[in-house]
Amino acid sequence: MNKSTVLIIDDESSIQKLLQIILESHDFKVIQATSGLEGLKLAASHLPDVILLDLGLPDISGHEVLLQLKDWFSKSVIMLSVQNSENDIVQALDNGATDYLTKPFRTGELIARIRAAIRRNATDQKTAQWTFHQLRIDLVARVVWKNDQVLKLTQTEFNLLVFFAKNEGRVLTHQQLLKEIWGVGSQMETQYLRVFVGTLRKKIEDNPNQPEHLITENGVGYRFQA
Amino acid sequence: MKLKLSHQISLVLASVGLCSGICYLFESYLGYHAVALILLVLTSLIATSFDIVPVVLAATLSALTWNFFFIPPRFTFHISYSEDLLLFLLYFFIALVNGLLTVKIREAEAKARDKEEKEVTISLYNTLLNSLSHELRTPIATIIGAVDTLKDAEMSLNEDQKVSLFQGIESASLRLNQQVENLLNMSRLESGELKLSLDWVDIESWIFSVKNKFLGKCATVEIQIHLVEGLPLFQLDVGLMDQLMDNLLTNAVQYGKSHPVIRIEVGMKNEQLEILLSDNGPGFPEEHIPFVFDKFYRLPASKAGGTGLGLSIVKGFISAHQGSIELNNLPVGGCQFSVLIPAPTSYVNLLKHE
Repeated sequence: MNKSTVLIIDDESSIQKLLQIILESHDFKVIQATSGLEGLKLAASHLPDVILLDLGLPDISGHEVLLQLKDWFSKSVIMLSVQNSENDIVQALDNGATDYLTKPFRTGELIARIRAAIRRNATDQKTAQWTFHQLRIDLVARVVWKNDQVLKLTQTEFNLLVFFAKNEGRVLTHQQLLKEIWGVGSQMETQYLRVFVGTLRKKIEDNPNQPEHLITENGVGYRFQA
Repeated sequence: MKLKLSHQISLVLASVGLCSGICYLFESYLGYHAVALILLVLTSLIATSFDIVPVVLAATLSALTWNFFFIPPRFTFHISYSEDLLLFLLYFFIALVNGLLTVKIREAEAKARDKEEKEVTISLYNTLLNSLSHELRTPIATIIGAVDTLKDAEMSLNEDQKVSLFQGIESASLRLNQQVENLLNMSRLESGELKLSLDWVDIESWIFSVKNKFLGKCATVEIQIHLVEGLPLFQLDVGLMDQLMDNLLTNAVQYGKSHPVIRIEVGMKNEQLEILLSDNGPGFPEEHIPFVFDKFYRLPASKAGGTGLGLSIVKGFISAHQGSIELNNLPVGGCQFSVLIPAPTSYVNLLKHE
């Protein structure tokens, strides 16, 4: 199997070195850029499987890089940001980033996110069936099984679950979810989202209070993971 | 609040005019000597809150008004009796000196207050530097020492020793991170720039995520959650709520037993979100309870690390939500933090959907 390629765009040399060692020891091929423009060039010439993008860059901002990538780069972009910057994170996710990590992050978490991103690149968006451990979703029959038992889901819960499944591992912002489920210009508030995520969790999770699939990203949105 | 000079002058003109007018109406009952005393009181009142120019103006104006409208012969500045002339000069002198002295005293008081405030700030700053240099340098020293030891090829370390050094580096870095987080939060609070970013919160999933996150960094603690059923959604800043719960839990572990058991009860009281967090630790000495939420306050002779910022941040974040927090010792042992937060609620979560 070919090694997956990760492009790191970050101007901090200590972080670059650290990430290079971590990623190479986990068998990834690493390319490095220390500015936004260099990152865009390398992304175009190497077509990496995943981009790790720092938001604070010396030349153009990470948001600008995301906007330029949006037109032609279809793989995953994981942002690296600092804590307490939910607004920045939401903006970047709306600009096309697929996931984020706040510094300082743990190595295990970083590798897990990169692997999930690569898996997502490979999943066929046009599939009619998904299987996540004991969960099975059939889009054509509009049926969900958990451990071979049919789950009774409402229309909204089903749509929500399908949208999550299509975006496995990706962080979806409140706005993205509201727009998808209730349509553009929907005046629905996040309170409805809370309600449906709550009821969906009670049906699909073994322990809704320790969710393994439907993870809350505080102040940002939700992530569905296998 | 201080008025602009032009406003002060207009107020002086208006009040002297009004006061003289009223006195003029009742002149026959009062007699013109009493009017002088009334005007003197007015000048003194003006001096207690106005600047020097309006005060001098009030003294001069009232003296002239008194002379012109009240001292016989009235409606002239001429004074017939030498006794009245003396009174007039004395009036002018007393009004002026009295006014000026009052202004001076006020200035001196303001200066003393400034100085006192500066001293308090300097002493707080020193306390911060002292506890910071300890709290930041200890983990840094641990990290540098461990790295030096691990790099030194001459040293023959066995596997256990290496693992222990790595664990030391890990926990020191996490501690550093926590301290930096607290400092950043403190400066957010101090700058007054803290804006709540409110969002609807499902209390049940929130409180369990708080528990799961904390267990992720501290596995030795037992956290029991008791939740009232049928709670509505609350509109809160979930980032701040997470931080303050984390600080309360950290505090309970730091000052608790080697096997801490923490009980969190969540419910509603008077339409407000109520969180009760109790532990099985030794409790707080009663005489220190009033001060535990003060900035930099630490229990005397406390062995546990800390900058004395954690609980003051908790209080700050709760105040940002217009809420309150109290600390009490429990009769059964241990202590209990009681948090009350008024927040908009929504019961859409309890409706039947579709």
